[in-house]
Amino acid sequence: MEAIEVTGLRKTYGGRDAVAGVDLVVARGEIFSLLGPNGAGKTTTVEILEGHRRRDGGDVRVLGEDPGTAGGAWRSRIGIVLQDAEDAADLTVHEMVRHVAGFYPDARKPDEVIELVGLTAKRTSKIRTLSGGQRRRVDVALGIVGRPELLFLDEPTTGFDPEARRRFWDLIRTLAGDGTTILLTTHYLDEAEALADRLAVVAAGKIVATGTPATLGGRASAQAVVSWRDTGGTPRTERVDDPAELLGRLLADGTDLTTLTVTRPTLEDTYLSLIGATR
Amino acid sequence: MSTLTVSLSRGHVEILQFLRDRAAVVFTFLFPAMLLLLFGTIFGSDGEDGGAAASRIFTASMIAYGILTTAFVTMGSGLALDREDGTLKRLRGTPMPMVAYMIGKALLVLLLSVAETVLLLLVGVLVFDMPLPPAAHWLTFAWVFVLSVVVCSLLGVAVSAIVKNARSAGAILNVPVVALQFISGVFIYPVIQLPEWLQNVASIFPVRWVAQAFRSVFLPDAAKAQEIGGAWHLGQVAMVLGVWCVVGLALCLLTFRWSSRSK
Repeated sequence: MEAIEVTGLRKTYGGRDAVAGVDLVVARGEIFSLLGPNGAGKTTTVEILEGHRRRDGGDVRVLGEDPGTAGGAWRSRIGIVLQDAEDAADLTVHEMVRHVAGFYPDARKPDEVIELVGLTAKRTSKIRTLSGGQRRRVDVALGIVGRPELLFLDEPTTGFDPEARRRFWDLIRTLAGDGTTILLTTHYLDEAEALADRLAVVAAGKIVATGTPATLGGRASAQAVVSWRDTGGTPRTERVDDPAELLGRLLADGTDLTTLTVTRPTLEDTYLSLIGATR
Repeated sequence: MSTLTVSLSRGHVEILQFLRDRAAVVFTFLFPAMLLLLFGTIFGSDGEDGGAAASRIFTASMIAYGILTTAFVTMGSGLALDREDGTLKRLRGTPMPMVAYMIGKALLVLLLSVAETVLLLLVGVLVFDMPLPPAAHWLTFAWVFVLSVVVCSLLGVAVSAIVKNARSAGAILNVPVVALQFISGVFIYPVIQLPEWLQNVASIFPVRWVAQAFRSVFLPDAAKAQEIGGAWHLGQVAMVLGVWCVVGLALCLLTFRWSSRSK
């Protein structure tokens, strides 16, 4: 059974389609990333999958159940990391994690989770006094304390410094290694590239491309750009389907290869051309 | 985890958060006691109507005010805030049963209402020499207390749905609270000196009945001459509060929302 199966999902606000027929399959144990500009329908889609919003059309199965009607037993199998919560400001990190752990049948130990998100030093600090990045790590702790089979992460690293982001990525990989399915929405393409097994680009309420980070939008089959300086020092550039033949030729010619670069479109280039097409 | 355990855990967290918010403690909690001290001192032993000093009348009426502000405002602004800061959204995404959230809030309101009432009684007894009522009156006190806490809490939950953001909650919620105190015999006593149409308006809402019932508990029987119709009308009090319970519950069920976002 797949973790998430969506067909023809629709949601309309005031006559405008925010989600206009999304099809999506996320396999168990996969890290799946949803990319897309603000207002593309990412958050609406995710909130429908989380059971926070009703849909206007289409079929949705999350862990085998319809989130629109699923109950407490289903909720104990999912974890949600909120994007902009400011709740529990007057509680300490440990108080809040322990409190939420109490809702779940098979929760992780609060101190273990606090350690996992790197907040052990802030264990007895009020949540109000934490920095933005630390606050988000509390949200992550609350999302995973119930040992979810499926974790929703909506823009999880906004406001993190680079080191905290790397540590957070490690945490996500650890969770995925334990078999947790992860649905990640993000603005950061490097994050999607570093973490996701597969990803989908959402624009104007539709999925415009699905693939792995390496193959999305025909990235793997796109022409490579080879640049070098010839023996006279003149910059040269060629676009080729397979650079092997060209590189062999250059090597045989005795060209100075210290200036050689081979590039393919970055994930960002691919992403921008994909969402550009819908504008 | 059983629903009971989770409910108690919610109550614990609600109370912790309330106590750590000093401004909330001072305003919702000490304000009625301060008003009682002021009114009681200013009007002192004015008008020994039916043998009841003004300070004693204010103590009785102010308990109605205390319950109204704690239950109504704590529920109303608490829910508005929980919607705004993501508390409700977070809980909605967990297996916590909704009823546990409501029981948690109810435990907070109950604790605050009891503490508020004890505080007001202490001021009445210690500062204004108010004698405690005979044992038989405490039964009336008990059912009026419970019914009025329930009614005010339910109406607080219902009203929170029209509060757009938590910052304006205090202002919006205090409009009906203050207006009703003036026409329901709390700030201005006796009610019978008000124009009759105002008395009729006041009689639609629960405050008049709650204040009247608490006066029946603490004042000598002769003081009933100062009430509308010259009697305590306890049967009618129970009926009006019962109707408001049903109305409040219906409004809660119709208007409850998990999130403050309009979309």
